[in-house]
Amino acid sequence: MLNALPTLKETPSQTAGPYVHIGLTPGLEGMGGSNVPDLGSGPINAGNGQPITIAGCIFDGSAAPVGDAVVELWQADADGTHAEGWGRTAGAADGSFRFETIKPGRVLGPDGQPMAPHLTLWIVARGINVGLHTRLYFDDEGEANATDFILNRIMDSRRRKTLIAARSEVEGRPTYSLDIRLQGENETVFFDI
Amino acid sequence: MIPLPGEDGALYQRDRTWHPPANTPGYKSTTFRAPKHPPLSLAQTRSELTGPTFGHGSLGPLDNDLIHNFSAEGGEAIGQRLIVYGQVLDENARPVRGTLVEFWQANAGGRYRHKREGYVAALDPNFGGCGRAITDDNGYYHFRTIKPGAYPWPNGGNDWRPAHIHFSVFGHAFAQRLITQMYFEGDPMIWQDPIALSIPDRAAVEQLIARLDRQNTTPMDSLAYRFDIVLRGRRSTLFENRSEGN
Ligand SMILES: [Fe+2]
Repeated sequence: MLNALPTLKETPSQTAGPYVHIGLTPGLEGMGGSNVPDLGSGPINAGNGQPITIAGCIFDGSAAPVGDAVVELWQADADGTHAEGWGRTAGAADGSFRFETIKPGRVLGPDGQPMAPHLTLWIVARGINVGLHTRLYFDDEGEANATDFILNRIMDSRRRKTLIAARSEVEGRPTYSLDIRLQGENETVFFDI
Repeated sequence: MIPLPGEDGALYQRDRTWHPPANTPGYKSTTFRAPKHPPLSLAQTRSELTGPTFGHGSLGPLDNDLIHNFSAEGGEAIGQRLIVYGQVLDENARPVRGTLVEFWQANAGGRYRHKREGYVAALDPNFGGCGRAITDDNGYYHFRTIKPGAYPWPNGGNDWRPAHIHFSVFGHAFAQRLITQMYFEGDPMIWQDPIALSIPDRAAVEQLIARLDRQNTTPMDSLAYRFDIVLRGRRSTLFENRSEGN
């Protein structure tokens, strides 16, 4: 009774198709013209903070790498506010993708408590009919992860680990690695946001 | 104070029955790429209700002119010349201003400028096939292009895609992010296309069909097609217990 019904229907989604790199990362495809450099390429502008690398790989339900995806990242700055922390990259032929960014701060959750630090990821590719939203959390934030409102919404606690990236150090720079599995064993938790 | 509908607050729940399901067997690529688990409903937070913004500085002068933005000096893309335009609205029928719209397409012969393209149709040396625009104060975008050709693709034994243009739209919240495809009014191939028909509701497919617009057609130059795009809208939040505004 209090929320009006929407007057229009959302435009239905369609797959980004096999040539999404032409549209969203044209510079990488050598498209030239006026569409370079690619929007969202290069280090993510999320202000000052701990520089980190995000490294991932996308696999399908047959464990084959997904080599035609585009991944977008949206994140808070180190102080937990969202400003310009957006990036976009083309998945490589071996399914891998990476971002250079800074570790985000904590954002308030639906319960008014701070959520654990996380990145929001959005994945499109051939064979994905509606873009997939997921999150990346950090395995060195165990205490915050344990009380995170969203992680705790995942009823099957075994699936929470599909969102938690593992830290390593590469030449002194923290690198967080997370594989995304579209289907099958250890399928990533995707969100209907 | 009672806010107007859509004035503030979270986005309407996405109507998943209006979108294609993840696994649509007629479109074979979904077989191993469709998650088996249903997506987990997530209370929206600022991580989803905020999103990137793009200024006009992120555009080049020819970004909305696919006839010229890849062509050699003095050259033009070959094909039936079009103006494609439309209004980006939210579900409350409000214009979505200042948002980035990106588009990419095959050339007039149906060939993409992509290294994995397998169709024998010729490349047009003067056509790249991608561009972008930012919506104006009334939510409108427009660009010039040529009509893309239909093309064959490896799915069924002899499947052909209807002529289409791919669209990417941002909105103002990351949860509004949308990728879709635009089709052309009157094309019988739409109703034989496994990708268009991945959408179960015929009325929803109709929403992807651009209408021929003779009023905005330029004599002796370009036909016009209108394609409006609707992004998720915000609902009012009278009693929602939110910790901060947006
Ligand atoms: Fe296409």
